[in-house]
Amino acid sequence: MNEILEGIHQAVDLIITLNPEMVEITTRTLYISLSSTLIASLISVPIGGLIHFRSFRGKRTIINIIQTLFSIPTVLVGLFVFLLISKNGIFGQFNLMFTPGGMIIGQTFLIMPIIIAFTISALSGVNKHISDLAISLGASEFQTIYTIMKEAKYALLAAIILGFGRAISEVGVAMLLGGNIRGFTRVITTTISLETSKGNVALSIALGIILLAIALIINLILNRFQEK
Amino acid sequence: MNRVTIAGILLIAVLLIGIGVYTYQGTAIPEDKVLVVATTTSLEDTGLLNDLEAAFEEKYPGVDLRVVSGGTGIALEYGKKGDADIILVHDKTREEEFIKDGYGTKRNPFAYNYFWIVGPKNDPAGIKGLDPTDAFKKIANEGSKIPDQVKFVSRGDNSGTNSREIKIWNKTGLNYNGTVRNATWYIESGKGMGETLVLANEKQAYTLSDSGTFLAFQGNITLVPLITTGKSLLNVYSAIPVNPEKVKGANINLANKFVEFLLSKEGQDIIANYGKQKYGQTLFTALYGQPEPT
Repeated sequence: MNEILEGIHQAVDLIITLNPEMVEITTRTLYISLSSTLIASLISVPIGGLIHFRSFRGKRTIINIIQTLFSIPTVLVGLFVFLLISKNGIFGQFNLMFTPGGMIIGQTFLIMPIIIAFTISALSGVNKHISDLAISLGASEFQTIYTIMKEAKYALLAAIILGFGRAISEVGVAMLLGGNIRGFTRVITTTISLETSKGNVALSIALGIILLAIALIINLILNRFQEK
Repeated sequence: MNRVTIAGILLIAVLLIGIGVYTYQGTAIPEDKVLVVATTTSLEDTGLLNDLEAAFEEKYPGVDLRVVSGGTGIALEYGKKGDADIILVHDKTREEEFIKDGYGTKRNPFAYNYFWIVGPKNDPAGIKGLDPTDAFKKIANEGSKIPDQVKFVSRGDNSGTNSREIKIWNKTGLNYNGTVRNATWYIESGKGMGETLVLANEKQAYTLSDSGTFLAFQGNITLVPLITTGKSLLNVYSAIPVNPEKVKGANINLANKFVEFLLSKEGQDIIANYGKQKYGQTLFTALYGQPEPT
């Protein structure tokens, strides 16, 4: 109990004094997880849309596979991307191993299934009448899709927030692909893991509080736009 | 303007700021100025590498030394795959194999200390003063009799410390994979040295630790060193540059410079004095050009 209180105290301290290392780690964490969320969204929302709007054989199977990937362990994604970007992997020449870029790739892979699947369910949630109406009013296919997407925008936003939540909180990909290099690839979660292993429980709790505070702020910003 | 659009713009703005900070900070460093050091956790957990990194970067401005820490097993793997340019490890047998296979250029011992058998103050197995092999034998004996009091925590992670531990088990004449690993008193943590010490402390168990990490953690745990001498406990750290002829893209120039720095008077002084301020006692013995003790 004492350690938790001390952690809260230390968190407040770190934030008020704008501890440079904390600021640096926090900025890096935001940069990496926001980048991966943005990239994953740009890829996954259209894919989700495609799966929803097209009917083809094996659609159900594909959706099942994507949903199964929700449970993929982060270290497994890390390992998979590690084998790809390691210097003797197929993308080795890009020198992505142990860099923020490598971490972004890993996290992008990690959260794509979530965003794709929730995009599909967001679009399925739109009342069928709306697309019928759009078509009967003479909308082209593109216009119909656009109308439905617009109708589902809040649910889509929720999908993206969920993806962001998984990206910022994961440690497996960040540790394996980033290597937790001080001043270069160290993010909040890997720092927590390191400090805990060093026995600095209070500092770990402080960093945890900071991570949750960031998540809260981002959610508040996004939610403001959700409610009218 | 649509609120979602505003949210999107906000997000992208934050992102751009991040990217700005980044290009300014690190990614602009050319590849030949980057030295990736894969190290065993004991050198990182004690904090020694932080000091060496600072001094090295000061000596060669513009160079970025990046430390990745893991057990000796994964450090060697990073070297083989070309993700690290130099490895700092402590497992002579595997180091020599690494060089024999052509992955490393040369083994450069730069410091040593000892592995210690540490355990609870009341020493339930009564191993104090024994020779390391006998101590392990006694732990196994007592452990099978009173497993709720006598426990042993192993790293179990293929690290240098782990392979030394297994070596000692093999010397006892017990069947390591059969008898020892399957015993209830034998716990494999699968973690780094620091975390393993914390776990052993939690369980009031015995464990094998390098003296450096133990001293660095002494403030947080109640375990005490019980056996600190014995030939089989010698722990030599060495630096091995990754061979660019075998592993494409390894930065041999900087790796050699780092070795040169480690072995120089300046580097050896940092190692020899490390810990005095922070822990009240030095953690490593520097070699100062002497051959490694055997």
